[in-house]
Amino acid sequence: MIRFASLAALLLLWQIGASLSDPHRLPGPVAVFEKIYEEAVSGALFSNLAITLARVAAAFALAMSFGAAIGYAMGRNRLADRLLDPWVVTLLNLPALVVIVLAYVWAGLTEVAAIGAVALNKLPNAIVVVREGARALDPHLEDMAEVFRFSPAARFKDLVLPQLAPYLAAATRSGLSLVWKIVLVVELLGRSNGVGFEINMAFQLFDMKLLLAYALPFVALMLGVETFLVQPLERHVSRWRRGVSRRLDRV
Amino acid sequence: MNDTSHAGGAASLDVSIASKDYHSASGWPLRALEDLRLTLPAGKAGAVVGPSGCGKTTLLRLIAGLDKDYVGRIALPEHGRLGMVFQEPRLLPWRSVIDNIRIAAPHAREEDIAALLDELGLAAHGSHFPRELSLGLARRVALARALAVKPDLLLLDEPLVSLDAALAEALREMIARLIDERRITTLIVTHDLGEAIALGDRIFLLSPRPARVVATIDVPTPRGQLGKEAAEKIEAQARAVYQGENSHQGKSSPR
Ligand SMILES: Nc1ncnc2c1ncn2[C@@H]1O[C@H](COP(=O)(O)OP(=O)(O)OP(=O)(O)O)[C@@H](O)[C@H]1O
Ligand SMILES: [Mg+2]
Repeated sequence: MIRFASLAALLLLWQIGASLSDPHRLPGPVAVFEKIYEEAVSGALFSNLAITLARVAAAFALAMSFGAAIGYAMGRNRLADRLLDPWVVTLLNLPALVVIVLAYVWAGLTEVAAIGAVALNKLPNAIVVVREGARALDPHLEDMAEVFRFSPAARFKDLVLPQLAPYLAAATRSGLSLVWKIVLVVELLGRSNGVGFEINMAFQLFDMKLLLAYALPFVALMLGVETFLVQPLERHVSRWRRGVSRRLDRV
Repeated sequence: MNDTSHAGGAASLDVSIASKDYHSASGWPLRALEDLRLTLPAGKAGAVVGPSGCGKTTLLRLIAGLDKDYVGRIALPEHGRLGMVFQEPRLLPWRSVIDNIRIAAPHAREEDIAALLDELGLAAHGSHFPRELSLGLARRVALARALAVKPDLLLLDEPLVSLDAALAEALREMIARLIDERRITTLIVTHDLGEAIALGDRIFLLSPRPARVVATIDVPTPRGQLGKEAAEKIEAQARAVYQGENSHQGKSSPR
């Protein structure tokens, strides 16, 4: 209810701001929603959103799987940590734009370069977070698993994964918001479709209606993924922290 | 140099450790065990008694194969299936009580696990998570888990420590009954002599660190019917050993 009121207030502010200024600089909500409708009917909105979403998913999956594997290895093995740490620090401090431009220069204006550049931007962060989790694995539980001769599958599923879950969730959260933003830059610089490309077009044409007509649904999509995918997943992996069994008992 | 083998025959557990050193952060080696020997026949319960910090947990870790950095030789019972109750319960906090047991004993039959829970008074707690349990209950879950694997050797590290007297008594009786019924070769670590007399067929008295077995006392069987007088005799014997040990500053071996 409060969220709804706050959203309504934002719309109102927008309307007031728009009526006070040049409609080319800040079009009003009605004009923007008309534009969104127009783009939706033509199908362009959905195809661009879908393409951007696919790039986000691919880059995110790549960065998370490599990041988790490398981070785990570095957290568990001193030699691997010493060997790879300078690389991670370098990558961590390399500006996103440099990575993107280099990727496009070396691999051409291709899909592989685009997704690879985004993944590479997210990778060091995933590594660092998962490494922290791997270092925090409880040696007492490990001894227990050793004594009871846990199978490798049980070790992974019942011992390691639940301990890494909060770290993976943190990496997912921070990672998604980073990937969303960088994907737009990558599209703007070297792709001919997607939300970032459309925003670039709108900028070139100085069409603020078009710009907002892509920016708003994009933000809505991000929020949707966050609320309906990331948060439930986080709750699911940490459900044992709350008294879930009590509730099940009553059923 | 060490060697873990499987001994058949009379001596089921045969431990002979020349030395076990820890390497402390300052770089100085810290000797935890020295010239420690003990043997335990199959199906018997041994109780290791020693002062706090003398190296009891270290001894159990070596027997369990968790630490291979020692000089000596340890022969385990045949098959060598191990059940262990650690000093802390060490349950997986993200799994329910029953799943904790299932995961540690994937080959146990469901009805055996249910019977075990029942026997240990845990039947109502199968679906609870470890954080919902008191220490006494969590200990019993750890005990159920160790028994579920049908161990050839059961290692218990201070199973009664930091429970109140009534709970400790109840759990002690439970443990005595379970290991007697199942005739599991068991090694119990404790710092309490009374506990050792109540649970052990054979008592090993350890010196202060570095731990050595300074006396081995066989408790007359059946130990359940051990009279007060006999118990007092064993206690006096132990006290004498420790007094002798103190006057030697724990350095020589008055055996
Ligand atoms: N991993 C380790 N590194 C260095 N020193 C250790 C390590 N583990 C134990 N020690 C030391 O070895 C000695 C024996 O420890 P251990 O835990 O085996 O004793 P304990 O008899 O089980 O003690 P407690 O009665 O407190 O359970 C102690 O002085 C302890 O500080
Ligand atoms: Mg101990």
